[in-house]
Amino acid sequence: MSIDNIQNSSSSRPNAENLAVAPSGIWDLVLLPIILLILLVLGFGAEEMAKPFLVGTPIELSLDAANLPYYLLRTILRMFIALAFSVVFAFGFALLAARSRAAEKVLVPILDILQSIPVLGFLSITVTGFIALFPGSLLGVECAAIFAIFTAQAWNMAFSAYQSFKTIPAELEEASRIFKLSPWQRFWRLDIPVSMPGMLWNMMMSMSGGWFFLVASEAITVANQDIKLPGIGSYIALAIDERDLSAIGLAIVTMLIGITLYDQLFFRPLVAWADKFRFEEGDGEVAPKSWALNFWRRTVWLQQLGLGVIKLFEGSFRFFRKRTDGTSAPSVKLIPAHHFARGWDILVMIAACLAVIYLIKYIHTEVGLTEVLHILYLGVLTLIRVVVLIAIAIVIWVPIGIWIGLNPRIAEHSQAVAQFLAAFPANLLFPIAVVGILHFNLDPNIWLSPLIIFGTQWYILFNVIAGASTIPVELRYAADNLGLKAWTKWRRYYLPAIFPSLVTGALTATGGSWNASIVSEYVTWGDTTLKAEGLGAYIAEMTTAGDFPRIALGIGVMCIFVIGFNRFIWRRLYLLSEKGLNF
Amino acid sequence: MSTPLLKLRSVNKSFKSADGSDRLILENVDFTLNEGEIVALLGQSGSGKSTLLRIMAGLISADSGEVEYAGKPIYGPVNGISMVFQSFALFPWLSVQQNVELGLEARGIAPDVRAKKAKQAIELIGLEGFEGALPKELSGGMRQRVGIARAIVLEPEVLLMDEAFSALDVMTGEHLRDDILELWQSGDLPTKSLLVVSHNIEEAVMMADRALIFSSNPGRVRFELPIELERPREPKTAEIHHLVDCIYTEMVTPQRRLADGQLDYGLATERSPYPRANVASIEGLMERLIDPEFLGRADLPKIAEAAEMGDNAFINAVEDLVLLEFAVVKDGDLIATELGSIFGNGDSELRKQMLGQQALQTIPFISDLYRELKSAPSKKVSFDQLTKSLGLSLNKRDVKKTLDLILEWSTYGDLVDLDFKVRKVFLHSESPVRA
Repeated sequence: MSIDNIQNSSSSRPNAENLAVAPSGIWDLVLLPIILLILLVLGFGAEEMAKPFLVGTPIELSLDAANLPYYLLRTILRMFIALAFSVVFAFGFALLAARSRAAEKVLVPILDILQSIPVLGFLSITVTGFIALFPGSLLGVECAAIFAIFTAQAWNMAFSAYQSFKTIPAELEEASRIFKLSPWQRFWRLDIPVSMPGMLWNMMMSMSGGWFFLVASEAITVANQDIKLPGIGSYIALAIDERDLSAIGLAIVTMLIGITLYDQLFFRPLVAWADKFRFEEGDGEVAPKSWALNFWRRTVWLQQLGLGVIKLFEGSFRFFRKRTDGTSAPSVKLIPAHHFARGWDILVMIAACLAVIYLIKYIHTEVGLTEVLHILYLGVLTLIRVVVLIAIAIVIWVPIGIWIGLNPRIAEHSQAVAQFLAAFPANLLFPIAVVGILHFNLDPNIWLSPLIIFGTQWYILFNVIAGASTIPVELRYAADNLGLKAWTKWRRYYLPAIFPSLVTGALTATGGSWNASIVSEYVTWGDTTLKAEGLGAYIAEMTTAGDFPRIALGIGVMCIFVIGFNRFIWRRLYLLSEKGLNF
Repeated sequence: MSTPLLKLRSVNKSFKSADGSDRLILENVDFTLNEGEIVALLGQSGSGKSTLLRIMAGLISADSGEVEYAGKPIYGPVNGISMVFQSFALFPWLSVQQNVELGLEARGIAPDVRAKKAKQAIELIGLEGFEGALPKELSGGMRQRVGIARAIVLEPEVLLMDEAFSALDVMTGEHLRDDILELWQSGDLPTKSLLVVSHNIEEAVMMADRALIFSSNPGRVRFELPIELERPREPKTAEIHHLVDCIYTEMVTPQRRLADGQLDYGLATERSPYPRANVASIEGLMERLIDPEFLGRADLPKIAEAAEMGDNAFINAVEDLVLLEFAVVKDGDLIATELGSIFGNGDSELRKQMLGQQALQTIPFISDLYRELKSAPSKKVSFDQLTKSLGLSLNKRDVKKTLDLILEWSTYGDLVDLDFKVRKVFLHSESPVRA
């Protein structure tokens, strides 16, 4: 515990020591133009979003490489706007669900269901609505695209925030009550900091999720519309239409540049700054570094400005404070009576029953029960694909994940790689898939399947890495010391140690795979279309045709499969891992 | 010096246990805290002291009875009452200065005023220069100082200390305690009274003007000991020793002291007969007792120190020795019975046999279990069944601990064997058990 430590932690406040390190203001001069440039560029992008537009007029797009920076700008702008909405949604949801028992009972299952609805599902329902909202302007379509991206980002963030709010350390909660923090103060001083680490990781994964469904979000071909918004997603869609391989390659490069940019300029600094919110003390863990944050910390006036803004905000704490004391009656907390909770339960049950009855009637009249059986059959086919592929992915990636996780230096860089790999849209693999299958005359039913798992297998890998890297050092030493060999080592040490992380990863991966099946079982390259028989292909087809009842039915069945899988398989596995594992 | 700052009268509190029934945690607790005094609340873990403290802090409400601060009823946290936590409860992302300013900020005090007050408190508690540090950069003792600074910067009339020194090592805790007492003596501590909750008897005697002994299951004030020594108090003096002795005796004696000071021997022990200490502690204490140093009769505080167990563990071990009829407590001394001497002197075979025998005789739960296992050939009882039946008479928190001890005693005493794979208990057989 040296003086140096203290100075480093307070280096966010300019003081005499900091000023002695660099001449005052030089970093401000370096950083200020960069920041202004970024703001200008963003402003330009925002202006472009609201350009006039009439439904039916095609938007100009070209595969010219010179357009790529502009397209990248539009895409990133969309994704960050969606991310902002996702953050607000996540905290709003978490507040409601964590504070109110009654709300929790309804909200958590709803989120479960929303999570299983594919992006295309949301888009097909909302796109006409959004367009009607802003007639004559491109803003309506932009909103639809942003909303689509939002649905690819928001759900896991909401769960993460909810989890964090429910696991706030009891002593901190007591302290905030004893020192009479008002709800507003407590939210900013306790709830948000506690959820920061989880939220940041989920934000990064959400951005990748946004990329994965980018093509579907920007090249809107639902409900008989065909609008391609300027962006990388549409670029890829156009490249696929025109069978332009080099354009696909350029798209990949641009994606890589985009991800690197926002990783270095946004996420990395945030993660480095948010390190102080981690309160599990890792033994000797290296703090994450960010050059961008270091540059920022070396500025003088910019930092003052930033701190000034924060101080201004903190002024709100003074305004929204607890104005009563514990000795006055209004302080009494009202706990709703027991029978209110029962009444609420009954109400929810009745609503659910009514909804089911109405649904069955609707399905019967619009679609017919034979179709339902057919859809269920397709669902089973996709289920088989997902299960087999997840099993293969587990067998491949678990050993690799464990090896990486036990090697801290390699594990450190895995976070950056994770972002890129998880973001890689399956659409970019279409040419390989189509060309490969046609050339070798393969059965699409089998050989389109790897596309499903392509984007989601990384969840397994990275969760196993995370699990392996938290294996206590003593356990490793004990295993070495006892000379555990091969199969015993796996049975007694490796597998039980990473089992919970593996289950988390596999759960996320299967959920994502169901979603991915929609863009993986129905593949186009130019005018060639390949189709595998399955629920994903069904939904994709119905979406292009704009057949609402069948879209809803397909999505509903997919939800049932996902949720059923979760409850009956993953939950059981979690409980098993808690009870003690004996392989 | 007679304005009661805190007044509790006939306070009752019960919690719902897992099976829906009510478990009484506090029963008819009467308590007064006056201005200018330090009161210690002693009792074993789980005796409801924390619950009582939280009722005073306004975090929980009592089921019945009166809870008053300066004559007004308490409905929630009050400005004049502040608390220091056992595990410090510092916000890890706030610096020392920001942590100390927390309560002031919540009250809407202006930034410059708060900064000044916080600085003063930090200086007072001895953390000058560390204002910008984050909690994870500080040692345990320093963190608790921050916790204290945070509480006293609000100038509370009552300062509640919830096992404030328990998470610190012995020397750091003593040092911090002495600093606080020094501030109190000189009048520099900006608070009017202290309530110190602790399970450390010596700490209580060193600090308090009054010590209240709390019994558990259900919790009530069992005994009050006024401590009229001048401060500063020297730790190893005869007066301190005598007081510690008194308190030990009170805590391990099962008699009830009635309102008029008479002892009542007629009532059954307050504690239900379940094991509270593990076999190693019992054996260790017994061995110590028949040591040449004590020869079967030891002054309680002396053997507590010699046994090198924590206060809680020591009291548990003493109570179990008494339960097993290996020792008795009389006049502030622990005295080995004949049975106990044989136990202490015996080899491991003999000890196992004796422990098994006594456990069967004195612990109804174990004898019931044994009888049931004997009732049918190769009968097995599952852990879950035992957990359930324990849950009928014990707190949820105590059930797991007690079950572990029951199983340990029973296997040690060669009464039963365990199968962890299927989680069942069965009768011990002389033939070698399968691997």
